[in-house]
Amino acid sequence: MHPARKQRLIIVAIIVIGASAAAALIANALKQNLNLFYEPTRIVNGEAPIGRKIRVGGMVLENSLTRVPDSLTVQFVVTDYEAEVTVEFTGILPDMFTEEAGTVATGVLTEEGLFVAEQVLAKHDETYMPPEVAAALKNKPPSY
Amino acid sequence: MASWQWFHRLGSPKWLSGTIDRWLPWVLGLGSVLLLVSAIWGLAFTPPDYKQGNSFRIIYIHVPTAIVALAAYYVMAIAGAVSIIWRMKVADMALRAIAPVGAALTFLALVTGAIWGKPTWGAYWIWQDARLTSMLLLFFLYLGIMALHDAYQNSASGNRAAAIMSLVGTVNIPIIYKSVDWWSSLHQPATLKFTEESTIATEMLQPLMLAIPGAYLFFIAAVMMQLRVQIARNEKNTRWMAERAAQ
Repeated sequence: MHPARKQRLIIVAIIVIGASAAAALIANALKQNLNLFYEPTRIVNGEAPIGRKIRVGGMVLENSLTRVPDSLTVQFVVTDYEAEVTVEFTGILPDMFTEEAGTVATGVLTEEGLFVAEQVLAKHDETYMPPEVAAALKNKPPSY
Repeated sequence: MASWQWFHRLGSPKWLSGTIDRWLPWVLGLGSVLLLVSAIWGLAFTPPDYKQGNSFRIIYIHVPTAIVALAAYYVMAIAGAVSIIWRMKVADMALRAIAPVGAALTFLALVTGAIWGKPTWGAYWIWQDARLTSMLLLFFLYLGIMALHDAYQNSASGNRAAAIMSLVGTVNIPIIYKSVDWWSSLHQPATLKFTEESTIATEMLQPLMLAIPGAYLFFIAAVMMQLRVQIARNEKNTRWMAERAAQ
Protein backbone atom coordinates (compact mmCIF):
# COMPACT_ATOMS: atom_id res chain seq x y z
CA MET A 1 0.00 0.00 0.00
CA HIS A 2 1.14 3.52 -0.78
CA PRO A 3 2.77 5.09 2.34
CA ALA A 4 0.43 8.11 2.30
CA ARG A 5 -2.60 5.82 2.14
CA LYS A 6 -1.19 3.64 4.88
CA GLN A 7 -0.83 6.71 7.06
CA ARG A 8 -4.42 7.73 6.36
CA LEU A 9 -5.56 4.17 7.14
CA ILE A 10 -3.90 4.53 10.54
CA ILE A 11 -5.71 7.85 11.04
CA VAL A 12 -9.04 6.15 10.23
CA ALA A 13 -8.25 3.39 12.74
CA ILE A 14 -7.34 5.98 15.39
CA ILE A 15 -10.63 7.86 14.83
CA VAL A 16 -12.72 4.70 15.18
CA ILE A 17 -10.79 3.29 18.15
CA GLY A 18 -10.60 6.67 19.88
CA ALA A 19 -14.32 7.33 19.49
CA SER A 20 -15.10 3.81 20.74
CA ALA A 21 -12.87 4.25 23.77
CA ALA A 22 -14.48 7.60 24.56
CA ALA A 23 -17.96 6.09 24.26
CA ALA A 24 -16.98 3.14 26.47
CA LEU A 25 -15.64 5.49 29.15
CA ILE A 26 -18.76 7.65 29.06
CA ALA A 27 -21.03 4.59 29.20
CA ASN A 28 -19.04 3.24 32.14
CA ALA A 29 -19.24 6.54 33.99
CA LEU A 30 -22.98 6.79 33.40
CA LYS A 31 -23.58 3.09 33.96
CA GLN A 32 -26.53 3.39 36.33
CA ASN A 33 -28.00 6.43 34.62
CA LEU A 34 -28.31 4.53 31.37
CA ASN A 35 -30.64 2.03 32.99
CA LEU A 36 -34.24 2.94 32.39
CA PHE A 37 -35.52 1.61 35.69
CA TYR A 38 -34.59 0.30 39.13
CA GLU A 39 -35.14 -3.39 39.81
CA PRO A 40 -37.07 -4.13 43.05
CA THR A 41 -33.88 -5.55 44.62
CA ARG A 42 -32.10 -2.22 44.26
CA ILE A 43 -35.11 -0.35 45.68
CA VAL A 44 -35.30 -2.68 48.69
CA ASN A 45 -31.54 -2.26 49.18
CA GLY A 46 -32.10 1.49 49.42
CA GLU A 47 -30.21 2.37 46.24
CA ALA A 48 -33.13 4.37 44.82
CA PRO A 49 -33.67 7.97 45.92
CA ILE A 50 -36.80 8.70 47.97
CA GLY A 51 -39.12 11.51 46.88
CA ARG A 52 -37.56 11.91 43.44
CA LYS A 53 -39.11 10.81 40.18
CA ILE A 54 -37.73 7.40 39.22
CA ARG A 55 -38.82 4.30 37.34
CA VAL A 56 -39.27 0.80 38.69
CA GLY A 57 -39.41 -2.22 36.41
CA GLY A 58 -39.99 -5.94 36.74
CA MET A 59 -42.68 -8.57 36.57
CA VAL A 60 -46.16 -8.07 38.00
CA LEU A 61 -46.59 -10.69 40.71
CA GLU A 62 -49.41 -13.20 40.17
CA ASN A 63 -52.63 -12.43 42.10
CA SER A 64 -51.20 -9.15 43.39
CA LEU A 65 -53.41 -6.74 41.40
CA THR A 66 -56.12 -5.21 43.59
CA ARG A 67 -58.52 -2.38 42.88
CA VAL A 68 -59.60 0.20 45.40
CA PRO A 69 -63.45 0.23 45.13
CA ASP A 70 -65.16 3.27 43.56
CA SER A 71 -61.93 4.66 42.14
CA LEU A 72 -59.39 4.12 39.38
CA THR A 73 -56.71 3.36 41.96
CA VAL A 74 -54.99 0.00 41.68
CA GLN A 75 -52.22 -1.65 43.63
CA PHE A 76 -49.88 -4.37 42.43
CA VAL A 77 -46.57 -5.88 43.36
CA VAL A 78 -43.55 -5.66 41.05
CA THR A 79 -40.95 -8.36 41.53
CA ASP A 80 -37.62 -9.44 40.09
CA TYR A 81 -38.10 -12.78 41.89
CA GLU A 82 -35.73 -11.64 44.61
CA ALA A 83 -37.42 -8.59 46.08
CA GLU A 84 -40.84 -6.99 45.81
CA VAL A 85 -42.12 -3.41 45.60
CA THR A 86 -45.77 -2.44 45.96
CA VAL A 87 -46.92 0.06 43.34
CA GLU A 88 -49.99 2.26 43.62
CA PHE A 89 -51.43 3.86 40.51
CA THR A 90 -54.50 5.94 39.78
CA GLY A 91 -55.51 5.81 36.15
CA ILE A 92 -56.11 3.47 33.26
CA LEU A 93 -53.68 0.60 32.87
CA PRO A 94 -52.48 -0.23 29.32
CA ASP A 95 -54.33 -3.09 27.59
CA MET A 96 -51.24 -5.24 27.59
CA PHE A 97 -50.74 -4.86 31.32
CA THR A 98 -51.28 -8.25 32.96
CA GLU A 99 -50.04 -10.20 35.93
CA GLU A 100 -46.95 -12.30 35.28
CA ALA A 101 -45.87 -9.87 32.55
CA GLY A 102 -43.29 -7.10 32.52
CA THR A 103 -44.05 -3.53 33.53
CA VAL A 104 -42.23 -0.21 33.90
CA ALA A 105 -43.77 2.40 36.21
CA THR A 106 -42.73 6.05 36.61
CA GLY A 107 -43.33 7.67 39.97
CA VAL A 108 -42.04 8.48 43.42
CA LEU A 109 -40.88 6.18 46.18
CA THR A 110 -42.25 7.08 49.63
CA GLU A 111 -40.52 6.69 53.00
CA GLU A 112 -42.67 3.65 53.72
CA GLY A 113 -41.44 1.90 50.57
CA LEU A 114 -44.65 2.35 48.60
CA PHE A 115 -44.12 3.36 44.99
CA VAL A 116 -46.71 5.94 43.90
CA ALA A 117 -46.82 5.77 40.10
CA GLU A 118 -47.99 8.49 37.75
CA GLN A 119 -47.47 6.37 34.63
CA VAL A 120 -47.58 2.60 34.20
CA LEU A 121 -46.36 0.97 31.00
CA ALA A 122 -46.50 -2.65 29.90
CA LYS A 123 -43.16 -4.16 28.92
CA HIS A 124 -43.46 -6.74 26.21
CA ASP A 125 -41.10 -9.71 25.93
CA GLU A 126 -39.46 -10.98 22.76
CA THR A 127 -41.68 -14.06 22.34
CA TYR A 128 -44.03 -14.18 19.38
CA MET A 129 -46.47 -17.05 18.81
CA PRO A 130 -49.99 -17.68 17.53
CA PRO A 131 -52.77 -17.95 20.17
CA GLU A 132 -53.29 -21.66 19.44
CA VAL A 133 -49.67 -22.37 20.29
CA ALA A 134 -49.86 -20.31 23.47
CA ALA A 135 -53.08 -22.10 24.41
CA ALA A 136 -51.51 -25.48 23.78
CA LEU A 137 -48.59 -24.48 25.96
CA LYS A 138 -50.89 -23.39 28.76
CA ASN A 139 -53.52 -26.03 28.02
CA LYS A 140 -56.45 -23.65 27.87
CA PRO A 141 -58.51 -21.99 25.11
CA PRO A 142 -57.09 -18.86 23.45
CA SER A 143 -57.96 -15.52 24.96
CA TYR A 144 -56.54 -12.47 23.23
CA MET B 1 -1.89 -5.20 -9.26
CA ALA B 2 -4.58 -7.28 -10.85
CA SER B 3 -6.31 -8.13 -7.58
CA TRP B 4 -7.09 -4.45 -7.05
CA GLN B 5 -8.63 -4.01 -10.48
CA TRP B 6 -12.23 -4.36 -9.27
CA PHE B 7 -11.55 -1.73 -6.66
CA HIS B 8 -10.21 0.81 -9.15
CA ARG B 9 -13.05 0.07 -11.54
CA LEU B 10 -15.47 0.80 -8.71
CA GLY B 11 -13.82 4.20 -8.53
CA SER B 12 -14.82 5.05 -12.09
CA PRO B 13 -18.07 7.03 -12.22
CA LYS B 14 -18.55 6.09 -15.85
CA TRP B 15 -18.30 2.34 -15.16
CA LEU B 16 -20.48 2.67 -12.06
CA SER B 17 -23.11 4.63 -13.95
CA GLY B 18 -23.40 1.91 -16.58
CA THR B 19 -23.50 -0.83 -13.96
CA ILE B 20 -26.28 0.93 -12.06
CA ASP B 21 -28.32 1.29 -15.23
CA ARG B 22 -27.98 -2.43 -15.86
CA TRP B 23 -28.69 -3.67 -12.33
CA LEU B 24 -31.23 -1.20 -10.96
CA PRO B 25 -34.38 -2.69 -12.60
CA TRP B 26 -33.51 -6.17 -11.28
CA VAL B 27 -32.64 -5.07 -7.75
CA LEU B 28 -35.67 -2.80 -7.51
CA GLY B 29 -37.96 -5.41 -9.06
CA LEU B 30 -36.87 -8.29 -6.83
CA GLY B 31 -36.87 -6.07 -3.73
CA SER B 32 -40.38 -4.81 -4.45
CA VAL B 33 -41.68 -8.34 -5.04
CA LEU B 34 -40.16 -9.57 -1.76
CA LEU B 35 -41.58 -6.62 0.19
CA LEU B 36 -45.01 -6.96 -1.41
CA VAL B 37 -45.23 -10.73 -0.84
CA SER B 38 -44.01 -10.44 2.74
CA ALA B 39 -46.47 -7.62 3.46
CA ILE B 40 -49.47 -9.54 2.08
CA TRP B 41 -48.34 -12.75 3.78
CA GLY B 42 -47.61 -11.04 7.07
CA LEU B 43 -50.75 -8.89 7.13
CA ALA B 44 -53.32 -11.34 5.82
CA PHE B 45 -52.16 -14.92 6.26
CA THR B 46 -50.02 -15.05 9.40
CA PRO B 47 -51.86 -15.88 12.65
CA PRO B 48 -52.19 -13.10 15.23
CA ASP B 49 -49.91 -13.04 18.27
CA TYR B 50 -51.21 -14.68 21.47
CA LYS B 51 -50.74 -11.47 23.44
CA GLN B 52 -50.46 -8.53 21.05
CA GLY B 53 -53.17 -9.71 18.67
CA ASN B 54 -52.86 -8.05 15.27
CA SER B 55 -50.64 -5.16 16.30
CA PHE B 56 -47.57 -7.43 16.23
CA ARG B 57 -47.77 -7.35 12.40
CA ILE B 58 -45.86 -4.08 12.34
CA ILE B 59 -42.80 -6.31 12.95
CA TYR B 60 -42.73 -6.91 9.18
CA ILE B 61 -41.84 -3.25 8.63
CA HIS B 62 -40.20 -2.27 11.90
CA VAL B 63 -37.57 -5.02 12.14
CA PRO B 64 -36.40 -4.97 8.48
CA THR B 65 -36.12 -1.16 8.39
CA ALA B 66 -34.27 -1.08 11.71
CA ILE B 67 -31.81 -3.81 10.64
CA VAL B 68 -31.06 -2.12 7.32
CA ALA B 69 -30.82 1.32 8.97
CA LEU B 70 -27.99 -0.04 11.16
CA ALA B 71 -26.28 -1.99 8.34
CA ALA B 72 -26.52 1.08 6.06
CA TYR B 73 -24.52 3.09 8.57
CA TYR B 74 -21.61 0.64 8.38
CA VAL B 75 -21.71 0.72 4.57
CA MET B 76 -21.67 4.52 4.72
CA ALA B 77 -18.76 4.54 7.20
CA ILE B 78 -16.78 2.17 4.96
CA ALA B 79 -17.37 4.63 2.09
CA GLY B 80 -16.13 7.36 4.46
CA ALA B 81 -12.97 5.38 5.24
CA VAL B 82 -12.33 4.74 1.52
CA SER B 83 -12.82 8.45 0.87
CA ILE B 84 -10.25 9.38 3.50
CA ILE B 85 -7.67 6.72 2.60
CA TRP B 86 -7.91 6.58 -1.18
CA ARG B 87 -9.47 10.01 -1.89
CA MET B 88 -11.87 8.23 -4.23
CA LYS B 89 -14.60 10.59 -5.43
CA VAL B 90 -17.09 7.77 -5.93
CA ALA B 91 -16.75 7.00 -2.20
CA ASP B 92 -17.85 10.55 -1.39
CA MET B 93 -20.77 10.20 -3.75
CA ALA B 94 -21.71 6.88 -2.11
CA LEU B 95 -21.54 8.44 1.36
CA ARG B 96 -23.80 11.26 0.20
CA ALA B 97 -26.14 8.78 -1.48
CA ILE B 98 -26.50 6.47 1.54
CA ALA B 99 -27.12 9.16 4.19
CA PRO B 100 -30.67 10.20 3.13
CA VAL B 101 -31.73 6.58 2.54
CA GLY B 102 -30.38 5.59 5.95
CA ALA B 103 -32.14 8.56 7.55
CA ALA B 104 -35.43 7.55 5.91
CA LEU B 105 -35.09 3.94 7.12
CA THR B 106 -34.24 5.08 10.65
CA PHE B 107 -37.23 7.41 10.60
CA LEU B 108 -39.49 4.55 9.50
CA ALA B 109 -38.16 2.31 12.27
CA LEU B 110 -38.76 5.08 14.84
CA VAL B 111 -42.27 5.85 13.60
CA THR B 112 -43.39 2.21 13.34
CA GLY B 113 -41.93 1.58 16.79
CA ALA B 114 -43.93 4.49 18.21
CA ILE B 115 -47.14 3.32 16.53
CA TRP B 116 -46.59 -0.15 18.00
CA GLY B 117 -45.55 1.27 21.36
CA LYS B 118 -48.86 3.00 22.04
CA PRO B 119 -51.06 -0.14 22.06
CA THR B 120 -48.36 -2.37 23.55
CA TRP B 121 -46.51 -0.30 26.12
CA GLY B 122 -49.09 2.41 26.60
CA ALA B 123 -46.84 5.21 25.31
CA TYR B 124 -45.61 6.33 21.90
CA TRP B 125 -42.24 7.37 23.23
CA ILE B 126 -40.37 7.58 26.49
CA TRP B 127 -37.15 9.43 27.17
CA GLN B 128 -34.09 7.99 28.90
CA ASP B 129 -34.58 4.61 27.29
CA ALA B 130 -31.22 3.48 25.90
CA ARG B 131 -32.61 1.74 22.79
CA LEU B 132 -35.02 4.52 21.85
CA THR B 133 -32.54 7.32 22.48
CA SER B 134 -29.62 5.67 20.64
CA MET B 135 -31.87 5.05 17.64
CA LEU B 136 -32.94 8.71 17.65
CA LEU B 137 -29.25 9.61 17.78
CA LEU B 138 -28.70 7.50 14.64
CA PHE B 139 -31.36 9.55 12.87
CA PHE B 140 -29.60 12.77 13.87
CA LEU B 141 -26.23 11.31 12.81
CA TYR B 142 -27.55 10.66 9.31
CA LEU B 143 -29.02 14.17 9.13
CA GLY B 144 -25.82 15.66 10.54
CA ILE B 145 -23.70 13.94 7.91
CA MET B 146 -25.96 15.25 5.16
CA ALA B 147 -25.73 18.74 6.62
CA LEU B 148 -21.94 18.59 7.05
CA HIS B 149 -21.53 17.45 3.48
CA ASP B 150 -23.26 20.59 2.25
CA ALA B 151 -21.95 22.96 4.91
CA TYR B 152 -18.72 23.97 3.13
CA GLN B 153 -18.16 26.17 0.11
CA ASN B 154 -15.29 23.87 -0.82
CA SER B 155 -16.78 20.46 -1.55
CA ALA B 156 -13.53 18.66 -0.63
CA SER B 157 -13.78 20.04 2.92
CA GLY B 158 -17.41 18.94 3.15
CA ASN B 159 -16.51 15.47 1.95
CA ARG B 160 -13.72 15.19 4.50
CA ALA B 161 -15.89 16.42 7.38
CA ALA B 162 -18.75 14.08 6.50
CA ALA B 163 -16.38 11.12 6.18
CA ILE B 164 -14.84 11.76 9.61
CA MET B 165 -18.29 12.21 11.14
CA SER B 166 -19.43 8.91 9.62
CA LEU B 167 -16.43 7.14 11.19
CA VAL B 168 -17.03 8.64 14.63
CA GLY B 169 -20.70 7.67 14.47
CA THR B 170 -19.92 3.96 14.02
CA VAL B 171 -19.61 3.84 17.80
CA ASN B 172 -23.37 4.17 18.03
CA ILE B 173 -24.20 1.02 16.03
CA PRO B 174 -23.09 -1.66 18.54
CA ILE B 175 -24.60 0.52 21.29
CA ILE B 176 -28.01 0.46 19.56
CA TYR B 177 -27.73 -3.26 18.94
CA LYS B 178 -26.67 -4.22 22.48
CA SER B 179 -28.52 -1.49 24.41
CA VAL B 180 -31.38 -3.81 25.39
CA ASP B 181 -28.89 -6.31 26.84
CA TRP B 182 -26.50 -3.90 28.54
CA TRP B 183 -29.08 -1.73 30.26
CA SER B 184 -32.63 -2.09 31.49
CA SER B 185 -34.95 -0.86 28.78
CA LEU B 186 -38.64 -0.79 27.94
CA HIS B 187 -37.78 -2.28 24.55
CA GLN B 188 -37.69 -6.06 24.47
CA PRO B 189 -34.45 -7.90 23.64
CA ALA B 190 -33.90 -9.22 20.11
CA THR B 191 -36.34 -11.89 18.90
CA LEU B 192 -34.05 -13.00 16.06
CA LYS B 193 -30.98 -14.54 17.62
CA PHE B 194 -27.77 -15.63 15.93
CA THR B 195 -26.53 -18.08 18.53
CA GLU B 196 -29.73 -19.71 19.72
CA GLU B 197 -33.21 -20.39 18.43
CA SER B 198 -35.32 -17.32 17.67
CA THR B 199 -38.30 -16.83 19.98
CA ILE B 200 -40.88 -16.48 17.24
CA ALA B 201 -43.18 -19.12 15.78
CA THR B 202 -42.11 -20.43 12.36
CA GLU B 203 -45.24 -19.25 10.53
CA MET B 204 -44.65 -15.73 11.86
CA LEU B 205 -40.95 -15.87 11.03
CA GLN B 206 -41.35 -16.86 7.38
CA PRO B 207 -42.70 -13.51 6.06
CA LEU B 208 -40.04 -11.72 8.09
CA MET B 209 -37.37 -13.80 6.35
CA LEU B 210 -38.66 -12.39 3.05
CA ALA B 211 -39.08 -8.84 4.32
CA ILE B 212 -35.47 -8.54 5.56
CA PRO B 213 -33.76 -9.35 2.22
CA GLY B 214 -36.51 -7.29 0.57
CA ALA B 215 -35.56 -4.29 2.68
CA TYR B 216 -31.86 -4.80 1.86
CA LEU B 217 -32.60 -4.89 -1.87
CA PHE B 218 -34.87 -1.87 -1.59
CA PHE B 219 -32.05 -0.05 0.22
CA ILE B 220 -29.55 -0.98 -2.50
CA ALA B 221 -31.97 0.19 -5.19
CA ALA B 222 -32.65 3.49 -3.41
CA VAL B 223 -28.89 4.09 -2.98
CA MET B 224 -28.33 3.31 -6.67
CA MET B 225 -30.90 5.94 -7.61
CA GLN B 226 -29.33 8.47 -5.25
CA LEU B 227 -25.89 7.58 -6.57
CA ARG B 228 -27.02 8.20 -10.11
CA VAL B 229 -28.04 11.72 -9.11
CA GLN B 230 -24.70 12.26 -7.35
CA ILE B 231 -22.76 11.03 -10.40
CA ALA B 232 -24.74 13.25 -12.74
CA ARG B 233 -24.16 16.26 -10.50
CA ASN B 234 -20.42 15.65 -10.05
CA GLU B 235 -19.62 14.58 -13.61
CA LYS B 236 -21.80 17.06 -15.45
CA ASN B 237 -18.82 18.69 -17.20
CA THR B 238 -17.20 15.47 -18.42
CA ARG B 239 -17.30 14.32 -22.01
CA TRP B 240 -18.82 10.87 -21.27
CA MET B 241 -21.71 12.47 -19.42
CA ALA B 242 -22.29 14.93 -22.27
CA GLU B 243 -22.32 12.00 -24.71
CA ARG B 244 -24.76 10.10 -22.52
CA ALA B 245 -27.01 13.12 -22.23
CA ALA B 246 -26.94 13.59 -26.00
CA GLN B 247 -28.12 10.04 -26.62
